Amino acid sequence: MSAAEEAERARTTRNAWALVTPALIVLMAAAIGPLVLVLIYSFLTPGDYGNVVWSFSLEGWQKVVVERDIFDETLHLAQAHLTIFWRSVSLSLVTTLLSFFAGFPTAWFIATRPASQRAFWLFLITLPFWTNLLIRTFAINQIIRNEGLLNTILLKLGIISAPLQMTYTEGALLIGMVYVYLPLMVLPLYAALERFDRRLLEAAYDLYASRWQVLLRVVLPIARPGIVAGSILVFVPCLGAYVTPRILGGGKLMMIGNFIELQFGQGRNWPLGAALSIVLLVIVMAALLIYVRAINGEKRGV
Amino acid sequence: MSEQRSFDVADLPGVGPTALLVFAGLYAPIVTLVVYSFNAAPSVATWDGFTFDWYLKAWHNSTVMNAAANSLIIATLAALFSTALATLAALGTTRRPAFFGITAIYAAINQPLMVPEIVTAVALLIVIAAIKAATGYAGLGYLVIAHTAFCIPFAYLPIRARLEGMDLTLETAAADLYASPWQSFRFVTLPQLTPGILAGWMLAFVTSLDDVVITEFIKSPGQDTLPTYMLGQLRRAMTPDINALSAALLGLTLVLLSGFFLLSRRKS
Repeated sequence: MSAAEEAERARTTRNAWALVTPALIVLMAAAIGPLVLVLIYSFLTPGDYGNVVWSFSLEGWQKVVVERDIFDETLHLAQAHLTIFWRSVSLSLVTTLLSFFAGFPTAWFIATRPASQRAFWLFLITLPFWTNLLIRTFAINQIIRNEGLLNTILLKLGIISAPLQMTYTEGALLIGMVYVYLPLMVLPLYAALERFDRRLLEAAYDLYASRWQVLLRVVLPIARPGIVAGSILVFVPCLGAYVTPRILGGGKLMMIGNFIELQFGQGRNWPLGAALSIVLLVIVMAALLIYVRAINGEKRGV
Repeated sequence: MSEQRSFDVADLPGVGPTALLVFAGLYAPIVTLVVYSFNAAPSVATWDGFTFDWYLKAWHNSTVMNAAANSLIIATLAALFSTALATLAALGTTRRPAFFGITAIYAAINQPLMVPEIVTAVALLIVIAAIKAATGYAGLGYLVIAHTAFCIPFAYLPIRARLEGMDLTLETAAADLYASPWQSFRFVTLPQLTPGILAGWMLAFVTSLDDVVITEFIKSPGQDTLPTYMLGQLRRAMTPDINALSAALLGLTLVLLSGFFLLSRRKS
């Protein structure tokens, strides 16, 4: 490279950084920088009325999994905390699975429409994705709560004699989260299936594959990057869910998100809340790494 | 050999009915919510006829109107700032050779999409509590800055997509005709980029308008936005005026999204 080219290159790079810097400053101030403070706060001592006292303590991290007995000062596993972790992880996994079973046929359906109709069906999936999460949770709550539409209809038809208790159960959280996050599964699945070469199906059937064999051994392997992407995109927000469990779980069925909020509210244990936030962040980052690798694998044509 | 198959190869068993069920399931609750916002009876158990009362009731409620004003002020400013920042960032990251640090820049811009909202909310709560204690300022500024930050990736995506579809020939031509870099940006790049910028602004506006978690954590007392007001009301019984508010917000979102899709379609 000549000196002039090199100088030109250095100039455009400087130029690029100058253009990006204002956005980076705001992101540093109001999104990335504060995360560092969360890490620091997780090693401090809780203040009596919330906030922290600036002295080093590991108690916040300890409390993530163990608690001190108020009578004999012994440490034992914090059952309540573990229950919340387990609920968050298992509900997120089941939500991901259910979203896949509902989302895959939907994505396949859209991908097999005539090209002119696909944009319309896709729009129908995108629209709920962009509408307020809170409103969508309200909407599903209005259907399944005791005085809700479903119970009203069932009662009027005489199928049940007392309203079914659906809200404030883990089932309600599942229904709510599948409802809210399903579009995030359908969109990447559709992206993977749209380019699917249908001649492969012809070939498989010509070789006497059954429909199940075609699905399991031809379609699913090719859709794999989309399946991984969709699963992560559903799993990650589920794990950090706050609004849906708060409304449909009624404060009793907490997930990690609600548990973190509790520490910054009535719990008055900011270091524990900070430590829990870091745990959540690490799990999410690990999941996203898998996602990035799946996407890159797809690009390389693996 | 190639006898006519009795079925369409693309038709996997059960796909059509499942997909239609999914679409019905996605829309039925939203449609129900909108329909019952016009129900004269205060519950979904009965239908007492059509009314606008719940909308009027919300309109005459000063708390609701205050929250609506906050929502609109924050969303307008945050969308404006984030779109301006995202436009510069998109100009800096497209149509030039890759340079050292570009991956870190992408990661930083997309950070709000990756980190769980609850974690960002907690982080901002910590920072803002400290700043509030130090300065005593408790205005909407915190919310505007926080919203600006998490709206950046939403504004950035359509602007970048638009830029990537534009090559540099017109800018080169402008430079050949002795346009200054500013003139070339103002009269060549910007007019072509405008649909992308508008689309980015709309996505940012919708994103800000919809935010619950971050706002709920960092707002000062009495600083409710529409979503945090609605979340607070839900502690009590579900009332139809919340339906009316939801339906109104849905309507606004629908208008903005349709605008977004029209703008991004024109490109192709």
